[in-house]
Amino acid sequence: MAKTSDLDVAYVARLVRLNLTEEETELFQKQLGDVLKYAEKLREVDVSNVEAAAHALPIFNVFREDEPRDWFTEEQALSNAPRQAKGLFIVPKVVE
Amino acid sequence: MTGKNLPALSISELQSLLRDREVSPREVLEALAARVEAVDGEIDAYLSLDFEAAAKEAEKANVDLPLGGVPIAIKDIINVAGEPCSCASKILRGYRAPYDATVIRKLRAAGAIPFGKTNMDEFAMGSSTENSAMKLTRNPWDLSRVPGGSSGGSAAAVAANEAFGALGTETGGSIRQPAALSGVVGLKPSYGRVSRFGVIAFASSLDQVGPLTKTVRDSALIMNAIAGHDRQETTSLNEPVPDYTAQLGKDLRGFRLGLAKEYMIEGTDPQVKTAINAAVKHLNSLGAEIVDVSLPHTDYATAVYYILATAEASANLARFDGVRYGYQAENPKDLRDFYGRTRGEGFGLEVKRRIILGTYVLSSGYYDAYYLRAQKVRELIRQDFAKAFEKVDALISPTSPVPAFKFGERTADPLQMYLADIFTSPANLAGICGISVPCGFAHADGQRLPIGLQLLGKALDEARILQIAHAYEQTTDWHNARPPIAANRQNA
Repeated sequence: MAKTSDLDVAYVARLVRLNLTEEETELFQKQLGDVLKYAEKLREVDVSNVEAAAHALPIFNVFREDEPRDWFTEEQALSNAPRQAKGLFIVPKVVE
Repeated sequence: MTGKNLPALSISELQSLLRDREVSPREVLEALAARVEAVDGEIDAYLSLDFEAAAKEAEKANVDLPLGGVPIAIKDIINVAGEPCSCASKILRGYRAPYDATVIRKLRAAGAIPFGKTNMDEFAMGSSTENSAMKLTRNPWDLSRVPGGSSGGSAAAVAANEAFGALGTETGGSIRQPAALSGVVGLKPSYGRVSRFGVIAFASSLDQVGPLTKTVRDSALIMNAIAGHDRQETTSLNEPVPDYTAQLGKDLRGFRLGLAKEYMIEGTDPQVKTAINAAVKHLNSLGAEIVDVSLPHTDYATAVYYILATAEASANLARFDGVRYGYQAENPKDLRDFYGRTRGEGFGLEVKRRIILGTYVLSSGYYDAYYLRAQKVRELIRQDFAKAFEKVDALISPTSPVPAFKFGERTADPLQMYLADIFTSPANLAGICGISVPCGFAHADGQRLPIGLQLLGKALDEARILQIAHAYEQTTDWHNARPPIAANRQNA
């Protein structure tokens, strides 16, 4: 298992598009370091012959017919939009 | 209107009055609204109330339906059409649900009436409801203490008689733990038993919806309404739904109940230990045989839980980007600044902490060491339970190692808060069902603080743990005890 000092909170925050203040970054560096140190106890467990469980219960692919049906109207879909115009969500300019 | 104190009634007591036409659904709602008005200033269980919409439902309520005319409080993580659904987060402030979650659709079909949304830890991340971005909810038994969490608003509302019953959700104990700390019944159904369609996702391989109620029978009644397959939710199990009230009242002779030595940990409050030991003796006196079992990987559950739950949360919470709904940062420089500030300003401290941890354990180079290893240990925890259930019908333990703690007592050290889930999160990891039922009181600062007895059953065995919990409840008096705020305001 990786050394806990490998956690670089500022780097992870950039990856996940989450601006943190300096105080938050410092606080998380310490607190999550403790949590990861606690998680090191998992190294004690012999998992060499264990298959990873993605779910607790056996769950299989579920198929159904792809039938169109009524769901949101345009108005409903936009009802919570912070900014909208002409039936569209407004976002900052992405391409120059 | 009868002279009865309506808000103090259980759902099943309320139903008989409604069915005998001794009260009308409108009178019930009015009595409940008055009760909320009288006590919620002190408890702060609700984030929003809509008695107007509820009154319209009450006018056309069919009291002969299974939950006909019964108002039910809803945790603010579940979408109720037209109502706010904030997850107690700034990032969803002002959001109104455009549709009903499947559990709401089913409750309505059974005649129940949603009327208010309850407080919670932001995005259900926490064990005290202190992580709400909106307000603190106080424990009705001692207003200086937390109600537990994350479904703390639901638990406190039921305990203070300002809800007949409520829906909560669980990822690692968020129904059972607040039920225990607030002195009510809370059931976490097996994974896949209840649809999560329309419930804001935290950790999708763990999340479940379940009831918080005054009595075990009431939990069975709500389960009858909400359990079952949903074609809009691919993880919901297509298995028949039994009548969860059918086994209630049958005796416990021939039942085998397991005590796991790994659940007798240091750090458990001595008063909790005493209450659980007495409950075990009591169950034994009702005819159940008590058997020692072992769940050897219990000590790893908290570490596994916090790796998997945060990993899944980091992915689920990626959808909160400020574009389609919710909070949006002002005057962004560019798209990166828009996302970064929207999320940085919109999410609270605990949510941010978990997004960072979850992203890290999934990131390249660390995935195998943390996430994959945790999934494997999860499988071992699941096998521990499978082996134990070959020998016993259900497992007994405390729900929480400690009774309700004071505000601020655990917020400084997240790891300490995480360890509050130690007896509950293994059931979520294994996908099995569990219930917490009141089993006594701890005494602190001259106040009585409720203690919860946990019963764990194998997957889809809800009827059996309800039966055992009901047998215990009906031969003890704990569920009849009401917090001071309820007793003082009997005639408010």
